[in-house]
Amino acid sequence: MTETLRPKVLVVGGGPGGYVAAIRAGQLGLDTVLVESGRLGGTCLTRGCIPSKALIHAAGLYEEAVLASSGSGRFGIHLNQAPELRFDETLGWKDGIVDRLSGGVGGLLRKAKVRTVTGWANFSDAKTCTVETADGVVTIRPEHVILATGSTAVELPFLPFDDRVISSTEALSLPEVPATLAVVGGGYIGLELGIAYAKLGSRVTIVEAQDRILPLYDAALTMPVLRWLEKHGVTVHLGARALGQDAEGLLIETAGGQSRLTIPADRILVTVGRKPLTEGWGLDQMALAMDGRFVKIDDRCATSTTHVWAIGDLVGEPMLAHKASAQGEMVAEIIAGHRRRFDPVAIAAVCFTEPEIVSVGLTPDQAPEGIDTLVGQFPFQANGRALSMQAGDDGGFVRVLARKSDHRILGIQAVGRHCSEFAGEFATLLEMGAVLEDVAGTIHVHPTLGEAIHESALKALGHAIHI
Amino acid sequence: MGLYLFRLPDVGEGVAEAEIVAWLVKVGDVVEEDQNIAEVMTDKATVEISSPVGGTVTAIHGEVGGMLPVGAVLVEFESFEGSDAVAASAPSAPAAPAPVEVAVKPEPVAQASAPPPSAPAKAATMPAPASRSTSGRSTGEAPLAAPSTRRRALDLGVSLIQVPGSGPAGRITPDDLDVFLAQDGKAPTGGTSRVARTGVNDTRIIGLRRKIAEKMQEAKRRIPHINYVEECDLTELEALRLDLNEHRIADQPKLTLLPFIMRAMAKALPDFPQVNALYDDDNGVLHAHEGVHIGIATQTPNGLIVPVVRHVEALDVWDCAREVSRLAKAVRDGTAGRDELSGSTITLTSMGPLGGIVSTPVINHPEVAILNPNKLVSRPVIDGSFITVRKTMNLSSAFDHRIVDGYDAALFVQRVKRLLEHPALIFMD
Ligand SMILES: Cc1cc2nc3c(=O)[nH]c(=O)nc-3n(C[C@H](O)[C@H](O)[C@H](O)COP(=O)(O)OP(=O)(O)OC[C@H]3O[C@@H](n4cnc5c(N)ncnc54)[C@H](O)[C@@H]3O)c2cc1C
Repeated sequence: MTETLRPKVLVVGGGPGGYVAAIRAGQLGLDTVLVESGRLGGTCLTRGCIPSKALIHAAGLYEEAVLASSGSGRFGIHLNQAPELRFDETLGWKDGIVDRLSGGVGGLLRKAKVRTVTGWANFSDAKTCTVETADGVVTIRPEHVILATGSTAVELPFLPFDDRVISSTEALSLPEVPATLAVVGGGYIGLELGIAYAKLGSRVTIVEAQDRILPLYDAALTMPVLRWLEKHGVTVHLGARALGQDAEGLLIETAGGQSRLTIPADRILVTVGRKPLTEGWGLDQMALAMDGRFVKIDDRCATSTTHVWAIGDLVGEPMLAHKASAQGEMVAEIIAGHRRRFDPVAIAAVCFTEPEIVSVGLTPDQAPEGIDTLVGQFPFQANGRALSMQAGDDGGFVRVLARKSDHRILGIQAVGRHCSEFAGEFATLLEMGAVLEDVAGTIHVHPTLGEAIHESALKALGHAIHI
Repeated sequence: MGLYLFRLPDVGEGVAEAEIVAWLVKVGDVVEEDQNIAEVMTDKATVEISSPVGGTVTAIHGEVGGMLPVGAVLVEFESFEGSDAVAASAPSAPAAPAPVEVAVKPEPVAQASAPPPSAPAKAATMPAPASRSTSGRSTGEAPLAAPSTRRRALDLGVSLIQVPGSGPAGRITPDDLDVFLAQDGKAPTGGTSRVARTGVNDTRIIGLRRKIAEKMQEAKRRIPHINYVEECDLTELEALRLDLNEHRIADQPKLTLLPFIMRAMAKALPDFPQVNALYDDDNGVLHAHEGVHIGIATQTPNGLIVPVVRHVEALDVWDCAREVSRLAKAVRDGTAGRDELSGSTITLTSMGPLGGIVSTPVINHPEVAILNPNKLVSRPVIDGSFITVRKTMNLSSAFDHRIVDGYDAALFVQRVKRLLEHPALIFMD
């Protein structure tokens, strides 16, 4: 069977960028087709955000149970027996969540009257796309194209992926918990997964080329994470280089080339970054201008070719699901004739490490030259809710940065248990152009972790109550 | 990438030149294929000109209000077509948030595996607060406003950079934007109470407005007008109209007073051939028409336009109503054709419910007469020794005194009045 479709909009890629664009386009009454070669939900749903957070949650629970069964117990809770981890069941539970969400995306697309074509999209020119599906070839000649092909893991030439050397995708579906795990790259993906496996019982070693973990955050923010790693026996080699693998494990050179050593590793997880997926689907046929390795776009996500739009990981940093979705929604509206522009003041980023980190806007060391600033930092140690869930002594805090002259908030960060949930409030503060007094004047519920946000603003204004 | 000269196309109607009414692009803009780039005005209609190619505008020719011959270069583009090196982003468009520059060491290991702490906040581009602009922001600093306010400004085409913010840290509140808009996009002077306003807003009279101005001046300069007003009792006609509306069948339109007045005119005019006429004063010839083609002066968002209902003598009231509403819609949508906008022999102008007591309409040159019904109102009327309430309407009119004597004008209006007051006469053959 061969079939030709002439929709108003063709979306390539069913990740959080593409599927959101398609749903919104459908809602706006545009005749829309979505092409996805794998499962709906893309990297985020099937091998990224969601499965990693499921694994992290299960690992946390397992660790609690292990602690409860150890001699001193946990909050007076003692398990008589060590918990048993049936990792295949854990993964089954995780897959169940992915299935449910991926199916849910399918339902939403149907509700928005979007047609989904399963297969690999290939362009012969900017407006001609062929997909080989299980039922035959489908040719699509749309009026508008939205490219949302996402990204893939970066491979190291001297550590090609194989059975032992794995990317985050494999790390989310290992047959068993490895006894020893070496993680190359101390960014958020490596740390999130490394910490989860440490909680599940792996002996984890992290190798990072720069002189600190999570190199894009400042040292103060990452300190609590580093402390957790130390306390839990995770070895961290900073300023170190991976060289290759041998029979025992991962070969590295330590800081300053001082020594070489082999880190025992049943598995070597390489998380050194992700690259946009620009190959294999005919990008070169579409005459798209590039911006380094990313597809170049303007502030409407328009590429250099008329009626071709690009969003998500394909177009640049930050490579985050919520950015992709925001761009997808916007482009659909632009195609429907609305006037939109991508102009966020800031995009929040979260690390689901132990403890969690959330950051929006500028950190104190990013404050522009010549601008006097105020910093208010409030520790969770002085927050009742944090203490009530034993989240007060890991060094976590909320920190707000404001301009001294008018108290405008320039950035706000937190590190601590569950503080990823602050991301929405932080982003709202920056988008609304809040000043310290706005936060100080907002009553925060007691007892919640969020009281620390209130206190951090008071602290910056010089009158914190609980410290 | 090539230079593309876009010439003013033949915008139809065989016109030789067109007036530029508005530019929708400026030099430096990146336009897409089929995007509208200019509005031009021909004899009667405003036409949007769209671009045949996508490209960057490098030059535009002609000012708003100026005339441009068909075939002259209107816009020059650097076009994308057939090109591969496509530096497309508009120089004027603000750049998308630049990716965070990460100082990456040469080692292949461990680059950007962590997300940047956030997209660069716009605040990061702030220079030192030394150089304050009038709006209280440092120059170059992105204006501070909630997403909803930014969105509304974008929709309205307002650059928030010009809008002073009264909120904390200079934040632009929704009210600030309202104030800015209410002042036609000028920053408020600061005082809150009454302030003497000294501004003068100059608007070039162009396009349709200029056409109307020229026509009105021509009519008043050439034609010695005589005005005549008579009161008509439309109680019976109103009763008939309401009854007809109440019992109309599915495909019959709702009747206003206009169709009846049109029918009354068509009925009366054969006896006054010099009233249904065009006066060619250059050649001294009066063209008296047998067919009754009534121009219906219609208010549109752009100004007054006069579409024509042809051969009213051959239409019934329902047909008249259908034609009036069809034409009114066509002119408001700008879809009326040239033959629907010309060829009238007499004009009827109505201000609808605003109609007033008396008016002095201007004759639609080269016609010789115009009727302007005023508002229908209930008035006390003396009936023998009683006072009763009747529905009355003044009928204002103007005639070209060179052709129509006052006496004949009065006779004509009296005839129309009789037809309207005894509506059965309208329908008698
Ligand atoms: C382990 C891990 C954890 C992460 N955690 C987070 C997190 O906590 N928060 C967060 O914000 N982000 C997280 N991310 C990043 C997030 O997953 C991405 O930013 C996001 O998925 C990008 O969305 P996208 O729509 O641009 O592309 P993707 O999600 O990559 O989707 C692209 C889709 O397009 C399909 N495709 C590509 N080319 C074609 C073609 N030619 N034909 C048909 N189909 C095609 C692919 O199969 C894929 O499904 C994580 C990523 C990883 C790997």
